[in-house]
Amino acid sequence: MSEVTIPDAKLTRKDFTSDQEVRWCPGCGDYSILAQMQKILPELDIPRENLVFVSGIGCASRFPYYMNTYGFHTIHGRAPAIATGLKVSRPDLHVWVVTGDGDGLSIGGNHLIHALRRNVVIKILLFNNRIYGLTKGQYSPTSELFKVTKSTPYGSVDYPINPIEIALGAEATFVARTIDVDVKHQQEILKRAHEHKGSAFVEILQNCNVYNDLAWESVTDRNTKADNTLVLEHRKPLIFGKNRDKGIRLRRDMTPEVVTLGGEIDQSELLVHDETKPGMGHILSRLGAHFPTPIGIFRAVKRMTFDQGTHVQMDNAKKKLGPGNLEAMLNRGDTWVVE
Amino acid sequence: MSEEKGATAHTEAPPSPKAPKRREEREEVVIRFAGDSGDGMQLAGMQFTNETAVAGTDVATLPDFPAEIRAPAGTLFGVSGFQLNFSSHEIFTPGDNPDVLVMMNPAALKVNLKDLKAGGIIIADTAEFTEPNLRKAGYETNPLEDGSLDKYQVFPVDITTMTLRAMEGLNLSQKVATRCKNFYALGLTSWLFTRPIEPTIRWIQNRFKKDPELVEANLRALKTGYFFGETAEMFAVQYEVKPARLAPGKYRNITGNTATALGFLAAAERAGLPLFLGSYPITPASDILHEMANYKHFNVYTFQAEDEIAAVGAAVGAAYGGCIGITATSGPGLLLKQETINLALMTELPLIIADIQRAGPSTGMPTKTEQADLLMAIYGRSSDSPVVVMAPATPGDCFYMAFEAVRIALKYMVPVIFVSDTFLANGAEPWKIPKVSELPRIETEFRTDPRGFQPYLRDPETLSRPWVRPGTPGLEHRIGGLEKEDITGNVSYDPANHEKMVRLRAEKVARVAMDIPLTEVRGDSSGKLLVIGWGGTYGAILEAVERLRAQGKSIAHVHLRYLSPLPADLKNIIPLFEKVLVPELNMGQLVKIIRAEYLVDAKGINKIQGQPFRVSELMEKMQEFLEDS
Ligand code: SF4
Repeated sequence: MSEVTIPDAKLTRKDFTSDQEVRWCPGCGDYSILAQMQKILPELDIPRENLVFVSGIGCASRFPYYMNTYGFHTIHGRAPAIATGLKVSRPDLHVWVVTGDGDGLSIGGNHLIHALRRNVVIKILLFNNRIYGLTKGQYSPTSELFKVTKSTPYGSVDYPINPIEIALGAEATFVARTIDVDVKHQQEILKRAHEHKGSAFVEILQNCNVYNDLAWESVTDRNTKADNTLVLEHRKPLIFGKNRDKGIRLRRDMTPEVVTLGGEIDQSELLVHDETKPGMGHILSRLGAHFPTPIGIFRAVKRMTFDQGTHVQMDNAKKKLGPGNLEAMLNRGDTWVVE
Repeated sequence: MSEEKGATAHTEAPPSPKAPKRREEREEVVIRFAGDSGDGMQLAGMQFTNETAVAGTDVATLPDFPAEIRAPAGTLFGVSGFQLNFSSHEIFTPGDNPDVLVMMNPAALKVNLKDLKAGGIIIADTAEFTEPNLRKAGYETNPLEDGSLDKYQVFPVDITTMTLRAMEGLNLSQKVATRCKNFYALGLTSWLFTRPIEPTIRWIQNRFKKDPELVEANLRALKTGYFFGETAEMFAVQYEVKPARLAPGKYRNITGNTATALGFLAAAERAGLPLFLGSYPITPASDILHEMANYKHFNVYTFQAEDEIAAVGAAVGAAYGGCIGITATSGPGLLLKQETINLALMTELPLIIADIQRAGPSTGMPTKTEQADLLMAIYGRSSDSPVVVMAPATPGDCFYMAFEAVRIALKYMVPVIFVSDTFLANGAEPWKIPKVSELPRIETEFRTDPRGFQPYLRDPETLSRPWVRPGTPGLEHRIGGLEKEDITGNVSYDPANHEKMVRLRAEKVARVAMDIPLTEVRGDSSGKLLVIGWGGTYGAILEAVERLRAQGKSIAHVHLRYLSPLPADLKNIIPLFEKVLVPELNMGQLVKIIRAEYLVDAKGINKIQGQPFRVSELMEKMQEFLEDS
């Protein structure tokens, strides 16, 4: 018999589209994210059955229902914990977590931090729309100070959390930000998140056109976005602006400043981004109001993953003690016989 | 540290006894060790338990310690005690009142003396009966000298000084050397009751194997105490308790928590599946995590989570992936896990939750026992959310019920709450080691066939839905906490479908009743009084009922190990008795269920002190009840 190999038919975007009707509000930023995910997955060349999307509760968390992969729509805030148990015990699976600013940073903040610090190989997408959508418009932990909503008619009086800094503080090994409508950039970041060997945290600036429309207008408006966005590129100087004539430089006291290129200042004085450099992510995540919003990869480093550590320990135990013997385990310690 | 002192010569040759000792046989002895929580009394008690178990007696234990790891020395609230009952016949409880008190300081004596039987033995460390310690314990004069203990047999022994003297030549600080005195006390007590110290010697050698100096120090303390008993004239009598006639077989000593961990492991092995334990440290459940963390050479994952919710969440995630997902906790943790348990119930994934109950709401009394989580286990979730609830009756029974919890969870794709308690968890008893081949196989099947697949298509017999491991081609599907459409598992808000699904989930749990053993009635099959118990009160109730039966009383005992669903035959048993009594360590939880389910005027015996029932108090209450009628 001659060996014939027939290659599997290439998967397409349609293969990843479930039969469920998508129920987000028309115009919601979530549509674009779903589309980019369905677009990149066929390119990753992994069997569809090895993909699992795990989510919590909120608009974003409906995501798994629309993906024709394995999916688990869990409970509010707990997706990273559930995904951890799944991934550690099933290293063969590709596990994505879809969460939002309320789900991931309010009720589930604890789990998010710990999944990242452990470096479990799960990819966490946090759709940040700075509002509670599913419960109809209360302020969220990323809402700006003095935000007026149904639950804060006089304005909120708590300061917003910075998702990137939370991830960096948790020592996440991959930390990135992208924008719902910036499809090219988003696809690139999703692919990089997939390739990363460790936990990946991606904040996606997402528009809730019903309860918090235009929250990210400064970085999405065609006229202003180039001046307000700083696209991070590994080993490239930090340059931005419509005419690419602005840059970021470190002052002597290590605080950043915006400078205009040309004249006395040239590129060589600018801060050069490096995903692997300790502290770089922190500088960029803290740039503040008078700076453009960085998008791209703040940090990407290699470290032992939790899954690896767990399995290496188990393998070592098997090598040292031999495969577990239940009879011996039951009979461990002092025993005696009654005739 | 010098090399030359390393040899054990110092402790090898026992000095020959000055006077021959008389031997007296006892059928049953209850000993209580007590001292400061830093005195190592729990360890002394556990080691004595092991010695006497290896010697073949039956034994039951009651560790009783404060929540403080090192409570202030010499204080009454800092007293840590360990009681054990060992006997040449089968016993079921750690005993009501001790025959012997081994007291390391005045506070221990103050707390425990009231329980000592008349004429009982007191061994006391005289070195600790100092002016300040006596004052801290509230003694105006030294009870060892003022005649107040005249009705007892008192053995004043300078344990501390003799322990320190035994350490001469070793390079130990005073503090470390003093800490060995628990082994001195153990050695002396072992001699007094002719228990073999070899198991303890092995334990010391193994425990301190990295530090030969500590091995030597503890062995010296142990042996010096032992030989002191043999040589000192004050000990004229040595007591002996003959081996008990237990069922033939190989035995070991086991605590409830160890048995629980082994039961889970055995079930995983017999199911041929990996096991995932997600847990967060909590008294008194942590020992299950500690024990299972040593099973890494089996396919056992242990995960110390960031909190109780993550612990159960990870277990659910692992169950979704095809593992046996388990979480172990205590009441406060169960409370936090309930929402996740409901997720497992809704997605119909197997999940095992071990709740090792402790006393009181909120933080309560973390190291004390109680049975007050029953209603929370059965009913304490949002909406109609039936799960299976079961409870072991003895430390050794924890093994079988843990095994059973896994079997039921896998077969019915349902959460099972295994409700143990502090008394069972820390208590020990001789346990007949089962042969692996005698343990049933647990058959599970993962769905792989895409033809006709629907996520909520049910097995007609068990009503369980298929278990599908992600990674199976062609079976990609979505599950979640939103209400499911019957069969397809799609999200559904259809009113009739919701009612159908709620009833289906309840029916699934109800069917477990057909899959559990028939109820065993100990005593006459009908009569005046039926006593229904559950959980760790088994031994005390059994003993009380047996003694009353021996007095000719018409009384019988049913001990429930399955609380939800209740055994199907219980409804036929209850009407055969005139009265029903339900003793519980709570304000009356099972009794509510019995009353509601069987429309019977059941009454409770309730104790809420963080302590197990004493046989005598149960007998008293039962007798009142019998006479009342
Ligand atoms: S409420 Fe906002 S976030 Fe939710 S679906 Fe509608 S637009 Fe999207």
